[in-house]
Amino acid sequence: MSSDIAIQVEGLSKRYRLGERHKTNNLREAIAGAITAPLRLLGGKAKRGESEEDILWALRDVAFSVKRGDVVGIIGKNGAGKSTLLKVLSRITEPTSGSVTIRGRVGSLLEVGTGFHPELTGRENIYLNGAILGMRRADINRRFDQIVDFSEVEKFLDTPVKRYSSGMYMRLAFSVAAHLDPEILVVDEVLAVGDATFQAKCLGKMQEAGRSGRTVLFVSHNMDAVLSLCSTALVMNKGRNTPLIPATEAVAMYLARSPGDKALPFRERPRVQASPRPAILADVTVETGGEPNVVPAGGPVTFNLELRDFADIAGLQIGLNFVNLRGQRVLVFHSLIHSALIVKGADRATVRCAIPSLPLVPDNYMVQFVLWDGYQTVERVDDAASMTVVFSNMLGTGRLPIPGQGYFVQPSEWRVL
Amino acid sequence: MQADTATTPPLAAAPEPQTVYIRAKPGWRAIDFGELWYYRELLWNLAVRDVTIRYKQTFLGVLWAIIPPFFTMVIFTVILTTLFGLDRQRLFNGLPAPLAMFTALAPWQLFSVSLNQSSNSLVGSQNLISKVYFPRLIIPISSMASAVVDFCICSVFLAGMLVWYHDQVTVGWQVVTLPLFFLLAVATALSVGLWLSALNVQYRDVRYAVPIMVQLWMYASPIIYSSARVPEKWRVWYALNPMVGVVDGFRWALLGGREEFAPGMMTAVSVVSVLVLLLGGLFYFRRMEKTFADLV
Repeated sequence: MSSDIAIQVEGLSKRYRLGERHKTNNLREAIAGAITAPLRLLGGKAKRGESEEDILWALRDVAFSVKRGDVVGIIGKNGAGKSTLLKVLSRITEPTSGSVTIRGRVGSLLEVGTGFHPELTGRENIYLNGAILGMRRADINRRFDQIVDFSEVEKFLDTPVKRYSSGMYMRLAFSVAAHLDPEILVVDEVLAVGDATFQAKCLGKMQEAGRSGRTVLFVSHNMDAVLSLCSTALVMNKGRNTPLIPATEAVAMYLARSPGDKALPFRERPRVQASPRPAILADVTVETGGEPNVVPAGGPVTFNLELRDFADIAGLQIGLNFVNLRGQRVLVFHSLIHSALIVKGADRATVRCAIPSLPLVPDNYMVQFVLWDGYQTVERVDDAASMTVVFSNMLGTGRLPIPGQGYFVQPSEWRVL
Repeated sequence: MQADTATTPPLAAAPEPQTVYIRAKPGWRAIDFGELWYYRELLWNLAVRDVTIRYKQTFLGVLWAIIPPFFTMVIFTVILTTLFGLDRQRLFNGLPAPLAMFTALAPWQLFSVSLNQSSNSLVGSQNLISKVYFPRLIIPISSMASAVVDFCICSVFLAGMLVWYHDQVTVGWQVVTLPLFFLLAVATALSVGLWLSALNVQYRDVRYAVPIMVQLWMYASPIIYSSARVPEKWRVWYALNPMVGVVDGFRWALLGGREEFAPGMMTAVSVVSVLVLLLGGLFYFRRMEKTFADLV
């Protein structure tokens, strides 16, 4: 392998047996299993057939190579295999087959603050966490002042971190990680935590790492972050990967692929539920008055929702969110907020949401539904429908703002006084 | 799901970055001592963490290291001599019963605390195991640190007792062999700890089994009685319990080199038993290691 390649992945696969975690967590069952195994053998069923449904290929023949100094994004939906890939690359879990060759010290930021102990002081935690992340004591000594400066917790260094505010805790944890200084940095969604300032600081630190010639692998759902950090990216889908392509293309491909699963009947589409139950949101139809799922800017749109099997929920509140292709919720319509409506529990119900004017700039959007019972989100469907907002002369000027300029279109009157 | 990772040990001043190969490989594998050495600072840091937090926010602090063996000694002395009316002198063949018991309880405490700590160590470190790579052996090994510190505190108390009983027991030259028996005790605790910690990842039954196991094991070891009371023909089998070798060794080294505790066949059996347990434990641990992050 040529020496300017930092990471070479070839034919990497990782298999999980579904239900493996629970199958033999009990010694009695394991012993019973061991005793009955010979009997089963006699019975002709040598091994419980590993049917395809029992097996999940989290990674399947993943192959790519990353040049030294490249900042590479890895994007894909939940369950596409991104995190498993990072876990294999950082040697936390081992592959079923295939190989990876890594040249250089790997530092992985799969979670900031790993190994922090609440009873220990800030100082003690810096050394502990540094050691866990692979720093030598000498490295930590050398960077100690920088770490403390960056974290802004100087005064509380000898206080147990359990007395820290969560902000201080995160700052200290991140500054240890940020001074890790490996040749290859593997980052998983660190930006998902902390406030906006903290996230900006993280991004800055990672851009710095990229500029200083370090190799960075960056997993994120945040397309903005991927676009601003990475020059190239690959898209993971069901354990397989695309080759490395320019980040803009990869983001476009990911977004185009996202509304997938459209072939499935609505009730069977993936959804997030507080506890397993039959799908509540059974169907959604969209009335646009013209082409299906296409709305002129400022035009009307109506959603008809079929709800099923929610008699156990006293009152259901429904949120309808427009999510742009960068994953940002830009506009919400909510049954309680917009119409003071709480849907009484029933076996079936039809709910209509009529939006007289959709004030979004022309772009593609995903419609997300969130069902809330007053305490928790009972069900969330992320891509219930895709919507395309197209140009209309709603402002009378023959122009409209474009997505980069803003999210919404509202009339305004301008004149020279 | 069989795989292996191999690391070329990094050279101190190597300009060439270290290369790591990750690939699938058969399940049984050797112990990578080079890598363990490379991670020695992490081992030290985790050990320091465990020792530091052990008695934080306690009122009695390090006294907790002495309290359990002390009361075990008092209770059994009272039960055996006062309630059962056994002769104080004959119980341990002329040795003062409290001293003979505490001499055994010090290494026993090392063993039982180690077992408690290490059997839960991997499960208790699941956030580390699922987030960072390092040789997993470091976790059960470092979890024994607080037991060793407790043992040192017990030793001070034991030294005090030896001074107290100086007119009945004279410490002889045999005391120089004590470090060997200490090592045997540590090896025993580590070997059982390795098995239990790895088993606990997959079978949470271990957590419930450990307290009762420790209790039974104590009666199967010559703590509140003398191994000289075990009938001759059973002694070899008895010594398969490595704590037999440890306790006899401690009594021989500290209590004036008495004939009945002198190292011999039983010690040899205990040593072999520990070696088998330890090697088996290490290999079992290495075999299971790769599944920890998925199972824990």
